[in-house]
Order: sequence, then C-alpha cells, then structure tokens
Amino acid sequence: MATATDREALAGIKEEYQYGFAMPEEYVFKARKGLDHEIIDQISDMKREPAWMREFRHRSLDIFLSKPMPTWGADLSGIDFDDIYYYIKPTEKQGKSWDEIPESIKTTFDRLGIPEAERKFLAGVGAQYESEVVYHSLQEQWKRQGVIFLDTDTGLKEHEDIFKEYFGTVIPPSDNKFAALNSAVWSGGSFVYVPKGVHVDIPLQAYFRINAQNMGQFERTLIIVEEGASVHYVEGCTAPIYASDSLHSAVVEIIVKKNGRCRYTTIQNWSTDVYNLVTKRAVAYEGATMEWIDGNLGSKVTMKYPAVYMLGPRAHGEILSIAFAGRGQHQDAGGKVIHGAPYTSSKIISKSISKNGGRASYRGLLKVAKGAVGSKSTVVCDALLLDDQSRSDTYPYIEIDEQDVQVGHEASVSKVNEEQLFYLMSRGLSEEEATTMIVSGFIEPMVKELPMEYAVEMNRLIQLQMEGTIG
Amino acid sequence: MPSELVIKDLRVKVADSDLEVLKGVNLTVRQGEIHALMGPNGSGKSTLAYAIMGHPHYEVTEGDILLDGESILELEPNERARKGLFLAFQYPVAVPGVSMSNFLRTAVSNIRGYTDKPAVGDKPGVIGSNLMPMKEFRAELLQKMDEFHVDRSFARRYLNEGFSGGEKKRVEILQMAMLQPKIAIMDETDSGLDIDALRIVADGVNKLAGPNLGILLITHYQRILNYVKPHFVHVFYNGRVVMSGGPELAATLEEKGYQWVKQQFDEPALVTA
Repeated sequence: MATATDREALAGIKEEYQYGFAMPEEYVFKARKGLDHEIIDQISDMKREPAWMREFRHRSLDIFLSKPMPTWGADLSGIDFDDIYYYIKPTEKQGKSWDEIPESIKTTFDRLGIPEAERKFLAGVGAQYESEVVYHSLQEQWKRQGVIFLDTDTGLKEHEDIFKEYFGTVIPPSDNKFAALNSAVWSGGSFVYVPKGVHVDIPLQAYFRINAQNMGQFERTLIIVEEGASVHYVEGCTAPIYASDSLHSAVVEIIVKKNGRCRYTTIQNWSTDVYNLVTKRAVAYEGATMEWIDGNLGSKVTMKYPAVYMLGPRAHGEILSIAFAGRGQHQDAGGKVIHGAPYTSSKIISKSISKNGGRASYRGLLKVAKGAVGSKSTVVCDALLLDDQSRSDTYPYIEIDEQDVQVGHEASVSKVNEEQLFYLMSRGLSEEEATTMIVSGFIEPMVKELPMEYAVEMNRLIQLQMEGTIG
Repeated sequence: MPSELVIKDLRVKVADSDLEVLKGVNLTVRQGEIHALMGPNGSGKSTLAYAIMGHPHYEVTEGDILLDGESILELEPNERARKGLFLAFQYPVAVPGVSMSNFLRTAVSNIRGYTDKPAVGDKPGVIGSNLMPMKEFRAELLQKMDEFHVDRSFARRYLNEGFSGGEKKRVEILQMAMLQPKIAIMDETDSGLDIDALRIVADGVNKLAGPNLGILLITHYQRILNYVKPHFVHVFYNGRVVMSGGPELAATLEEKGYQWVKQQFDEPALVTA
C-alpha cells in the first residue's frame, strides 16, 4: 500500500515530469477501482466476449491473487492494486480542443518535431489524422495478402479460431503475477497474423496507426508469423505518454514458424510515475529468426526481459536492449534466450545510461538445454554512468546443460570519457552538447535499427532528456 | 589588425599534483604567421598545446594566455574555440556512434554562431533546427572533403573510429578547414605518418596558411619543415622556449641535434645529478 507520503512524492515527480500530459477524462464506461471477479464479469460483459475468454479471465485472476509479489527485482512496494481502474472504455468522440492543451506540452511536441496531425491525436484532441488515409490503403493491401492487423479486441471478434489456437500459449497466466494480472483484465493491444510466405515490407506501427484502443494499461498483443513469412512491428512512440493510472502491465506473445522472421521494436517513454511491468516472449521454430529491439526511456520502474525460446534447429534470437535511467527511475531490463534445439544461436546486447541518481540494471538469462548441441550465444552489456550518484548493476544468469556449445559474456561500466569530452569541446561544443553527443553515439547501435522517423525522434528525445544535465 | 595569441610567462602544472611542466613560456603568434615549435620528447610541447586549449588536466599557476589582448584562462575549451582557436590533436580521439558529418555540423554551427539564436521567435524550435542548414553544410563539407583529400564516405563514418593514422590527421585538417580558426595549434601533426601521408597533410596546411591564419606547428622532427615553410622557429626545452630564430634555426638543429640544446640549457641540478 502506498502511504500518503509516497503519493505526495509521486505527485511531485508527476509535476516535475515536464513532458507528460493528462488526457482529458471523458469516458463512456469506467469500472470502479480495485479488482475482483465482479469487475472481470463487467469487463467481459462490456466486450461481449465468448465464454471461454471470460473463463480465462476468471482463472487468471485467481492465479494473480494467489501469487506473491516478486521481490527479486526492482522495488514494487509503491504499487497499490486497490487504487487502480482496471477497465476504462474510451469515448468514441473527442471533445477537447487544441487550445486547451498546456503550452509546455505543445513546446515538447515542437522540440521533438512531432508532425502536426499526430500531435492532436497524441494530446487526445482528435482521432482524425492524415496518416489514417494512408493506413486504410495499407489495410487494403494487407487484406489481399491475407495479413491481419487489428486491435486485439477486434481480432478476437473477427478471427476467433486463429486467436484461440495461440492466445495464452506462449505466456500462460501462471507465468508470473503480472502476466496473470494482464490475462485477467487485458484490453487493447494488437493482433497480427502473417500468412505463409508473405513478407510485410512496411513496419506495422502500433501507436497512432490504428486507434486509441491500442494504448491501454493492460494491453495484450499476439503476433503469429507463419512459415517463411516476415514482419517488423513497431510499438510505442518517442512522445511521452501520460497514464491515467500508475501501472502498465502488458503481455506480448509471438510465434515465429519455420524460416519466418519477426522483429519487434519498442520505444517506451511512459511518464516517470508509472510502474511498467511487461512480459514479452517469442517462440522461434526451425530456422526462424526473432529480434527484440527494446528501448526504455520513461517510467518510474520498468521490469522487462524480452525472451526468445528457440525450439527448432538453427533458430536465431536477438535482443538489443537500451535503458536510460534518470532521476528517480529504475530500469531493470535485459533479455532471456533459451536454446531448446541444436544449432540455435543468440545474441544479447544491452546498453544502459544512468544519470542524476538513476539506476539501470541488466538482468538476463541464457539457458542451453541438454541436446541443444552446436548452439552459440554472445552477451554484451555496456553501462554508461554520467555521474557519481547514478548506479548500474548486472545480473547475468547462465544455465548450460550441454557440453558442445559456445558461449561468450562481456560486461563493461564506464563514465563519460574525459578525452572525448575535451576533444568535442575543443571544436566548439558546450559540455552539455558534447556529453549528449557521446550518449547518442553510445546508443547509436539501437537507433540505426529504427525506422527513419523513429530514429530522428529518438535522437531528439535523447537530447531533450539530456537538457539541463550539466552545470 | 591581425589577431594575436600571446603567451606570457606561462607556468603550468599537472592538476592535483606538484609536477610543473611549463616553466615560464613566452611566445606570440599572429594571424598570417607560421611558427614551428621544436623540441625533444618530454619537453612539455603537448602540455603547451593542451594548456592553450584549456584541458582540465592542466592548471595554470602563473602567467597568462591572451587572445587579442584578452585573457582566455577563465574560458572553457568551447569558448576558446569560438574565439578562433583550434587544436589539431596529436592523437585525435575516437567517438563511437557519432558520425563525422553530425559532429562537424554541430561544431560549425557553434563556431559560426548559428546556435546562438532561437529558431523561431523566442520559442525553442525542433531540436536541431538551430544548426547550420543541412543543404548548405553538406555542400561545403563535400567540397572541402574533395579539396583536402578525404574520401566522401568519411562523412558517414564514426568520428576517428577505425581511421588509420594518416586518415585521422587528414580529418583534423578537414575540421580546421571547416572551422576556419584565426590561430591553429598543430600538435605533432606529422608524427606517425609515412612520407605520402605527410605530404598530403603538409599540402593541407599550406592550403590553409595565409593572411587569416596563424599556425603554431609543434614538432619533434625537422622533416615536415621540408614541406611547410615556417617564418619563425622556436626551440622548446624543459618547459620553456630557449631559442628563437628564423628558418635557419631548424637547419642548425637538424645538423647538431637536441644534444646541442641540452648541453646549453640543462639546469645545473640536472647536470650534477
């Protein structure tokens, strides 16, 4: 239970968070605070779900209630489960005007260069935006190819057979307390199905491209990539997200079949009062490739370890994790790779930046099962500390049950290099500009993997985060 | 009036230690002049270069450094750069992940004052919008890359990362060409170069030399002076300028070696030791 002082502290952080913004509260339906079986029934009623999903939710709630809070990671004692709205159905209409949006938020949009049309949507003042037209024409093209890209609620309604076959199979509710919570109250998220041999060549972007239902506190995403198919899914946005409740707990399940490819990119920038506790896992079958690109900049606490279970020979898993921890933030991030078949390979690259007393932890699991002969894995963790108050930790867990494997692990912690700083300053860059440039260079391996417009915004966001750091 | 860098009775020690490296340096470099500063290893030449640019590792204990009559001792390295000073490094530092073009655009924008003005009205605009316009910058960069024999592909490469010794030095010259300083200190720009690389670098220095640029060319060897003709030659020894003269001094030094200097200027304490 959060004490009054905790809440005051949180409120203080919220005020301090210059990039966050509140969506005007205007809802058709809002369940009361707290969670019990009655709320579950309300959610299922509202959604007019099939009986099996209602069952699944009830079962998941029991699991959630029976599991203790995890104590092995970040401090979660500030979460008050009774003080959260678990289901809010957003209005169809948007009633507010742009004039009502605070100047500070508009300035942030200006500085990040968010396109005009998208700002209004982000600020909750209009669901109409130019990209919607583009989105619809893409939708037609995908339909012809048999690609499904819908919000998860609609996915369940329109494709119940496929949905039911895969839903909850990669991450069962019993996996962990927060997966159970999500399973009980999930709403929104994306449902993606890519048929055999189809390559989706434009990244599917979850953020503004579909509709507001995608943004939920408990969104649930399910992606199925059939044999020889490929897709790149992008989630999140550099623009800061203000959450109406301080808990975000998502579940993402991905199935990549024989010789398929999937890349899942996340840029997380929740406002700094949010607990962001997310379970992401993919299974990769024979010859398949799964890549997670995971950037965590916002939130108060993030615990997130995207996983790849390599279940067929020659499957490949890659995780590129970037964490930026500022004042009052704890980013506990990393990845898990499970080698469950012969000749599988994996790579985890983790980069973290801590400043103003922020804390970044790398937590990773590398597991090679008996019989996964010829498997290879490399893990590289680099941490950059911008001052003496900040902190970085590494928790690598390695379990190898097979002799015939190649495994490498490297870790480094460094400070901003004085000689680099002097070199850049001697060319006219201020200390802040020089430091920012060194930080941008440090995360460049991730940024260069992002779609262009995200890369540009990401670089600007880093600069914005670094403003006022020095001096 | 040409710009003037005056170093006056400068004493410098390594910060947080008692080790004095510069022991009363006097030197004046004006725009349009080329000065060669020659001295043996360990005489404090690089310390002088760093101290002029404001490296935090060195502390000025006495004396002054003046640019156009104003002391620059209290200025940060970037402020010194904006006043028209440039240091070509002996060992240019690699900055991984930072493209040369991005770095140079930011540097040029600072030096030329683009970053001083807010983008639109008094509101801060999109981050990066207060830099030199991309198109203009790119055109100038490519033109100078061609002129100073730096392959265009280097614009997208990470700053000094994986560059050969010669490539690093050429890029230093390119940066100097882009930033157009009034006074440039070139710290052992010739070290570690083979004869072809040396020629290209010397060629670059000669292209930049002229009435608007003063050069302090710090070197251990005489060989770069076969390509770059200095107006003045100074011999540096034991933290001081011990001899000054014209180009003929370099020739004498080449002939007699640093031993000749040591014999004349070794401190008595060192001789008896």
